[in-house]
Amino acid sequence: MTANAKPKFAMYWAASCGGCEIAVLNTHEKILDVDANFDVVFWPVAMDAKYKDVEAMENGSILLTLFNGGIRNDENEHIAKLLRQKSKILVSFGSCACEGCIPGLANLSPVGDIVHTAFNTITTDNPNEIYPQTTFDAPEGELHIPKLFPVLRPLDQVVDVDYYMPGCPPESHQIAAVIDLVIKVVKGEAELPPKGATIGVGDSTVCDECPLARNVKMIKEFKRIQDIAPVDPTLCILEQGIPCNGPATRSGCNARCPQAGAQCIGCYGPAEGVMDYGARLITAFASVIDATTPEEIDHILDGIPDPTGQVYRFNLAGSLLKANREAWKV
Amino acid sequence: MSEKIGVYVCHCGTNIAGTVDVKGVAEWAAEHLKHRGVVIGRDYKFMCSSLGQELVENDIKELGLTRVIVAACSPHLHEKTFRTACERAGLNPYLCEMVSIREQVSWVHTDKVAATEKSKAAISGGVERVIHNEPLEPIQVPIHADTLVVGGGIAGIQAALEIADAGYHVCLVEREPSIGGHMAQFDKTFPTLDCAACILTPKMVEVGAHPNITLLTWSEVEKVDGFVGNFKATIRKKASYVNTDSCTGCGICWEKCPKKVVDDVFEAGMGIRKAIYRPFAQAVPKYPVMDVENCTYFKNSKCKACQLFCPTEPNSINFEQKDEILEVQAGNIILATGYDLFDATRIPQYGYGKLPNVFTSLEFERMCNAAGPTEGKIVLRDMKTAPKSVVVVHCVGSRDENYNKYCSSICCMQSLKFAHLVMERTGAEVYNCYIDIRTPSKDYEEFYKRVLEEGGHFIRGKVAEITDAARIPEEEGKLIVQVEDTLIGKQRRIPVDMVILSAGLEPRHDAKEVGKLFGIACGASGWYTERHPKLDPVATMTDGVYIAGCVQGPKDIPASVVQGAAAAARVLGKIQQGVISLEPIRASINKDQCSGCRICNGLCPFNAIAYIEDDNVSDINPALCQGCGTCVAACPAGAISGTGFSNEQIIAQIDGLLLRNLEPAGV
Repeated sequence: MTANAKPKFAMYWAASCGGCEIAVLNTHEKILDVDANFDVVFWPVAMDAKYKDVEAMENGSILLTLFNGGIRNDENEHIAKLLRQKSKILVSFGSCACEGCIPGLANLSPVGDIVHTAFNTITTDNPNEIYPQTTFDAPEGELHIPKLFPVLRPLDQVVDVDYYMPGCPPESHQIAAVIDLVIKVVKGEAELPPKGATIGVGDSTVCDECPLARNVKMIKEFKRIQDIAPVDPTLCILEQGIPCNGPATRSGCNARCPQAGAQCIGCYGPAEGVMDYGARLITAFASVIDATTPEEIDHILDGIPDPTGQVYRFNLAGSLLKANREAWKV
Repeated sequence: MSEKIGVYVCHCGTNIAGTVDVKGVAEWAAEHLKHRGVVIGRDYKFMCSSLGQELVENDIKELGLTRVIVAACSPHLHEKTFRTACERAGLNPYLCEMVSIREQVSWVHTDKVAATEKSKAAISGGVERVIHNEPLEPIQVPIHADTLVVGGGIAGIQAALEIADAGYHVCLVEREPSIGGHMAQFDKTFPTLDCAACILTPKMVEVGAHPNITLLTWSEVEKVDGFVGNFKATIRKKASYVNTDSCTGCGICWEKCPKKVVDDVFEAGMGIRKAIYRPFAQAVPKYPVMDVENCTYFKNSKCKACQLFCPTEPNSINFEQKDEILEVQAGNIILATGYDLFDATRIPQYGYGKLPNVFTSLEFERMCNAAGPTEGKIVLRDMKTAPKSVVVVHCVGSRDENYNKYCSSICCMQSLKFAHLVMERTGAEVYNCYIDIRTPSKDYEEFYKRVLEEGGHFIRGKVAEITDAARIPEEEGKLIVQVEDTLIGKQRRIPVDMVILSAGLEPRHDAKEVGKLFGIACGASGWYTERHPKLDPVATMTDGVYIAGCVQGPKDIPASVVQGAAAAARVLGKIQQGVISLEPIRASINKDQCSGCRICNGLCPFNAIAYIEDDNVSDINPALCQGCGTCVAACPAGAISGTGFSNEQIIAQIDGLLLRNLEPAGV
């Protein structure tokens, strides 16, 4: 990099929905600062680029890469490793890259089942049982599509990650703040946080930012939000019997969902100090159940129809459970 | 790795060495955990002996150990021993950890190879854990010299007197109008047959008059705050509607009261009292209380006979009296709230409540009592006919899978006493139907012999049924006791006039709630759990809260007195210290991470967590916290950590257990 050349910026999506990219664009005019301060070298959603262009870059030549999406297939893995090699700062960007997010829930099912469901359901008529193959001999030559891994992995289970920026997607004001920080760092006006830090977040939980009134919690019944009408807009959602993930979820979103009268679903991931998000939540919920008999406890817990989806919606692939999931090595 | 760790493996005679290759384990630790800081691995026959402890002390001094692992029994037994040994050698005691390879390994396994491997893994976990231990200092707390004794039965009375006599102030709280408890209801006490009142009432009088005892009867503890050394109890003194400043206890009020009430409490339903009453003649204090549920005035605003006839000046009856809420400070608490009698109606086949001449043990006690409803005459429910034959049924509600599995401990002797009294006073034939006769205390077996010699019949068998449905003319008008005599292998039907059910003892119906109030736990049978069943039977897991008498489990009068005195001795010991050191194993909240969600607030069994509204965080009182870890597990934000049990320590220990710490070439 010559002295007056702009630092290079890249952004990539692996197994994700694209929401993270929208969130970046949602910083409005701040995106112009990115263009003014960085040379955007690779960003498939915004500009045309080829993998071979990236492969040709010098190692460490990209200053900042925002990597969103989990590692679901060999293409994701290849690009993750490639961008790691080429980037000085690799940010695990958004919930999918940080902890697996919704695509990570597919880890509950074998790949065969997933493909079967996707290509042979009520909405997909597949009378001849045709499923995608990784290679196909076309007249023009052999074609390849990426091979699915047995499980989806968060980025840091594949490559070394410098920073984590959670959220589904990260809030635009947090992205803007991080962009500002990096620009300051480039200009020598600020220092980077220590490697491995979670950035663009608060230091407590969603409850900390939540204005709703709270009491000592004793829950007699869990209900789904659609079964409560109306939700009291002033009282802690969890106290109203709706399983709210706020108590274990990292702050940074300004408690958007509870403020709007909906339960926190946990997209900002585990709070600092939480080792396993789902385990934390389930012990917390269990702790406030107001029951005296095992039957009563069962009845109350039955009010959570999908416990995994409730407590590991964003975190399944990144949870402690991964310790037993060596399946991807196959 | 900067730590120097010593690993000591105990043989515990053959307790451990019989199943685990202790020498091999010690050598393995020294070799394979060397890279983790283990500098010495030793095995020794009895690590807890003075010589074993000296091994550790010498190594600390000579090898400069910075961490110690003792692989031996459960930390419950000897953690203190080894921590103290470390302290003597100048090492902070909390840098020593025990690894249980006896309770958790040798005693539960038979495969020596596997047990040895498991011991290695356990030690490896301990080593990884101890690396993360931090030096801790005990917490010093001053002790308030007053004691709160809850329950005025014989155990509570004994405890209160011991402490008061030693010169310290006691507040004795009793739910009923008088102290005395169950013992005051009895007539004779086994095995000596001395009169219960004769030996109890002097103690009751002493309590009533003792300058160091504040007696609060007709009162209940509603709330307990604070911690060992500094408890604050909130006590409700129920309105008695009697002004005790002017009342002389003359008895005119209850004489004149027109309302008769069946006395279900003191007379066990056998006698009547008035709406204003003193439960029995020797009650302490002597003042009556008003039963507002039955008082005519409280029901329809008419009567006031008691007030009208009260001879004192000023008048002692005050219908405007209100409950008083008192606050009492105490450094220690003794709980001696006693037991409830097993409700015999729960065994329908015994007919209690339906067949008039089936009596419970307590009813029979009242009947025998000279001051009771029959003035000591043993008669049938018609209150005049003496029985010619009586069956005493043992183990009613005890040693029974359907009710209580435990032995109520007093019923054998109580039943023998009943047999004796029936024979002595009526000359009736008496049959004892028993499962086993248990007479283990001093002079008890002799009493059993005596009853045998007096002609009591003993049938070894559990009574199946008591009925009045006669099959043959001889059974007409009788109660028929159906029982298998297991010694002769025959079913018997015994027609008798009277049956006495020797009902077992049960925890108080509200024992669980009361336990929660005082921060102590009940065991599976509902009795309060002692700190150690053998070696610390009157202390509880909550510092400063002691238990005495039947709250800890069924026991007779001598045993209750012993526990009352023992609890008092423990309390006096604490008071004498002036200051006590508390284990520094405590939970604490990282205020930056706490978001005040209040999930932990209702969980603490020791009421140690408070919510601080202004800061929107919860806070733990370190002197109240007992380090149980409930809140640590519950905190969804991971903001609470337990000293000595940090995530770091636990994860490190798990990694160690899984031998992830071994170098690749290892194992």
